[in-house]
Amino acid sequence: MATTTPVLPKLVGQRVKRREDPRLIQGLASYVDDIKVAGMQYLAFKRSDVAHGRITRIDTTAAAAMDGVEAVFTGAQIAEIVPPMPIGTPFPSPAHHAVAVDVVRYAGEPVAVVVARDRYVARDAADAIVVSYERLPAVVDLEQAMTGKPAVIHKDFANNLAVALVPGGTGVGADYSVDDTAINKAFAAAEVVISQRMVNQRLAPTAIEGRGVLAHYEPGRGTMTIWSSTQNPHILRTMIAAMNGLGQDQVRAIAPEVGGGFGAKINIYGEEYVAAAISKKLGVPIKWVEDRSEAFVATTHGRDILGYIDLAAKRDGTVLGLKLRLIADIGAYNMLLTAAIPTLTMLMANATYNIPAIRVTLTEVFTNKTPTDAYRGAGRPEATYFVERAMDMLARELNMDPADLRRKNFIQPYQFPFATQMGAVYDSGDYEKCMDLALKNAKWKELKAERDAAKAKGRLVGIGMAMYVEVCGLGPSSSLPTGGWEHSGVTIERDGRITATTGASPHGQGNETTFGQMLADQFGVPLEHVTILHGDTSIVKQGIGTFGSRSQAVGGTALHLAGGKVKAKMAKFAAALLEANEDDLVFENGRVFVKGAPASGKSFAEVAAYAYVPVPLPPGLEPGLSDEAFFEPANNTYPFGCHISMLEIDRETGEPKLLKLIAVDDAGNLINPLIVEGQIHGGLAQGIGQAMIEEVVYNSDGQLVTGSFMDYAIPRAIDFPRFELDFTCTPTPVNPLGAKGVGEAGTLGSTPCIVAAAVDALSEFGVKHIDMMLRPEKLWRIIHGGKS
Amino acid sequence: MISTAFEYQRANSLDEAIKKLQETGGRGKLLAGGHSLVPLMKLRMSEPGILIDIARIPGLAGIREKDGKIEIFAATVHHDVASSALLAEKCPVVAETAGEIGDPQVRNRGTLGGSLAHSDPSADYPAVMLAVDAEIHLKGPKGWRIVKASDFFQDLFTVDLAADEIIGGVQFAAVKSAGYAKLHQRASGYAIVGVAAALDVKGGVITSARLGLTGAGSHATRMTNVEKALAGQPLSAKTIEAAAKIAGEGIKHVNADIHASEEYRRAMIPVFTKRALEKAMARS
Ligand SMILES: Cc1cc2nc3c(=O)[nH]c(=O)nc-3n(C[C@H](O)[C@H](O)[C@H](O)COP(=O)(O)OP(=O)(O)OC[C@H]3O[C@@H](n4cnc5c(N)ncnc54)[C@H](O)[C@@H]3O)c2cc1C
Repeated sequence: MATTTPVLPKLVGQRVKRREDPRLIQGLASYVDDIKVAGMQYLAFKRSDVAHGRITRIDTTAAAAMDGVEAVFTGAQIAEIVPPMPIGTPFPSPAHHAVAVDVVRYAGEPVAVVVARDRYVARDAADAIVVSYERLPAVVDLEQAMTGKPAVIHKDFANNLAVALVPGGTGVGADYSVDDTAINKAFAAAEVVISQRMVNQRLAPTAIEGRGVLAHYEPGRGTMTIWSSTQNPHILRTMIAAMNGLGQDQVRAIAPEVGGGFGAKINIYGEEYVAAAISKKLGVPIKWVEDRSEAFVATTHGRDILGYIDLAAKRDGTVLGLKLRLIADIGAYNMLLTAAIPTLTMLMANATYNIPAIRVTLTEVFTNKTPTDAYRGAGRPEATYFVERAMDMLARELNMDPADLRRKNFIQPYQFPFATQMGAVYDSGDYEKCMDLALKNAKWKELKAERDAAKAKGRLVGIGMAMYVEVCGLGPSSSLPTGGWEHSGVTIERDGRITATTGASPHGQGNETTFGQMLADQFGVPLEHVTILHGDTSIVKQGIGTFGSRSQAVGGTALHLAGGKVKAKMAKFAAALLEANEDDLVFENGRVFVKGAPASGKSFAEVAAYAYVPVPLPPGLEPGLSDEAFFEPANNTYPFGCHISMLEIDRETGEPKLLKLIAVDDAGNLINPLIVEGQIHGGLAQGIGQAMIEEVVYNSDGQLVTGSFMDYAIPRAIDFPRFELDFTCTPTPVNPLGAKGVGEAGTLGSTPCIVAAAVDALSEFGVKHIDMMLRPEKLWRIIHGGKS
Repeated sequence: MISTAFEYQRANSLDEAIKKLQETGGRGKLLAGGHSLVPLMKLRMSEPGILIDIARIPGLAGIREKDGKIEIFAATVHHDVASSALLAEKCPVVAETAGEIGDPQVRNRGTLGGSLAHSDPSADYPAVMLAVDAEIHLKGPKGWRIVKASDFFQDLFTVDLAADEIIGGVQFAAVKSAGYAKLHQRASGYAIVGVAAALDVKGGVITSARLGLTGAGSHATRMTNVEKALAGQPLSAKTIEAAAKIAGEGIKHVNADIHASEEYRRAMIPVFTKRALEKAMARS
């Protein structure tokens, strides 16, 4: 008998369009600012306009007297209801008040808060607060700051050292005991040493939706509901409960639609704590929505790390040793993960190479700037940039093809799992295969000829390449203070539709689609019959969140495991219904049937209905089809790739133009190549942004000069050539999906490969390295003989 | 990013707008595309009590040819100038300049009148208005007044426009052999340096030239030394090369900011002068 049911295609691995997009592009999605609760009052923050100063007086009388103003709080008053903010790293940290008490340490730090009837009154009232400061010298220059000059920002942190000096790598013991034999030997044997100071500049994450929070404490129930534009509602719940003396059962945290996070929405911010505490104190819902000017100063920045790198090698290109001295400018305070981000730069200093001896040291320094924290890539793009730039300089020094140099030093496939000098264990990799595909796609030989021909005509055209390996899919619980697992729940509803929850809290990653594809395949049902819920702690029982490119590798696996449990139980019901052996059953095309006999089976919905009205109840089974799973990977995953670029610089003006960007990435198995490509595109965009146009600039008074989009450039579509993407596939053994993670990868290879191309383009001027961003004037100075 | 409170009114004619300006006695400000004024209001650098919207006054937008001259009305948005078939045919430099302003959103809202009245030191239009030798038509309580572009731009954000006057539009003789070239500031799109060049050519000889420079100083200016160097010369790459070399010479004050130092800006003036002239030559 011919079946009339159309055959459902397997969806995993297919280019399924994102289910999220129609609501997003039609304006049908709800962000924090769209959510309204009756009786809601608004917050506005009075922020410091000096970078460093002692508050001598705060006059709130005019503000308090304004019509529509409910309350005004100074820092001291907030300190009574909001304890100093906790951090998530094991480093010593100065007390950090949500609203400054006595001393302000960066321009934009809150000094007072207004509660008012609407945003407008709140803003006017905040403007009416008058604050006087005794100015203190602003600490702006990183290397000067390390000498305690021109001021010490936190009294218990001499020389502004937040993290004094952490050594890592070859010869460094778990107790930080240091044995220099190997590293000294490597450098003693060197025939060539590359040494360079490199700056990985400060960036502003600039999510298009800024931050926002709505806190609603209900005195009658003693419970708090908090909506926030966050990447991790469960972490938010933990922190809000702890800071407000509530149990986690009494707090519900909701991340509604989130318009971009890029790492800056992992941190739990003072504004969230203040909104929650004021809501609890006043018993009214409290909303705060960040504006763009605030976002530039009040949302954490990224990167800002200085590297002194020395690379030792033989003249045949064999790398012998690497020294990297890292100095991170972390701004004025430690936020949730601030101190940990540069440790990821340390961790990844081994890059894709066999390097016999590596020594990295890390110092983190306070300055009077906005604090830094995670930004897409978080520590790994910095490591990639430093090492790949040095490799490129070495290739140039040795007059070697940069690909040949890499080939000579790659960690080989048979070496995996590979324990690095930095303590990471790379799960799987085939770097040479990946590079070879990139070289092939780029037509490397022809590309070089094209460059040479252009140069012969006087054009400044250059090409560059870079390899990267990154750590993601975090990770075992030993690597995260929150725990390194993810959670998922799967319920087959009575009508055969599927509701699943994930503790990964997607905000642009497309997990409603990818997770839907997985369950649709697992149960043999249409994608439209699967709903993925996320971002609400009262619906999603447990979770960690989305960061570190972990949602698919860790959250996806939890989903897969939960689905497997439910499927096993459903098979038992179906076996009873069909009087068959559960092991012989197939779930396909919306039906459950004995292998080879689709027509004699039952529809998926019939089996589901039976599970909820189980007459008779099969022995040993409980009614219903719902289960959950936690998944903790034994290790992180280590995706990798090779990026190649071609760039031209205008000889007269120094303006750079990116002509080509060829990327080959390896993230293991891909659930949805279309979404993966989108993630790479976004990562490339932000990497290219860093290489070419993005830079946070402070003046010598500690004032942010790039405080708006008129002065802080973010890349737009017109800034890019058509990206040429491709993939190799080296599955990870760390999870059953074989998927690694791809959210950040694009930011890693792009910066060094573009700078390499710029240096190549300007080779006739003898330049060896150029710090990002590639400001036209900087390039013009190289071309026209000035200093760079 | 929230402005102080203001009242909003809409004018349906120039006269009504002028009356409203007078009635509000300094508290009122004209609103056209809002793409210079509203950002300032959001930063609370401008706090008008009353906004008088002139963007939809009938007849205040449009481009036409009249008595051999091109006329662009003040409320015409940049996009309409950039995509005007009339300008593409008769005076492409003006369309070209409009197409270089900001990004599509800006070009869909911002207006010619607003740009000229605001006179940002890095705005594009002022340079081209100088090059086409435009007349700016202003209406005030006492009627119309005409100001030459070269007299209109006076200083930083300062133009020859009284508090109760409104720009109605501009008029200029079409010139084909003209070009605009600019160095974009990469965040905003504004001109770090922008040069508009217009050449009158007869029998292969430049009879006269007009060059407008923006971005370099407090306001857009003519580069008369280059104009003189070009006049009477045969139109050739050599002439252009030589004349462009002296562009910017003698300018006392040149801007400096994080995007470009004074030295770099100065160096870019001859570069973009040459490029503008090359475009003009290509169109001659
Ligand atoms: C992101 C961004 C990028 C930009 N990039 C560029 C760029 O690359 N190049 C460039 O040249 N400009 C740029 N601009 C500015 C843009 O062109 C503005 O639109 C223009 O300068 C002002 O025109 P408007 O119609 O928006 O004027 P509005 O903002 O409405 O008004 C500006 C001023 O002019 C006055 N005004 C308006 N119309 C009249 C009139 N008819 N008569 C008298 N006074 C009037 C107003 O009262 C106000 O003082 C940019 C703006 C933005 C926001």
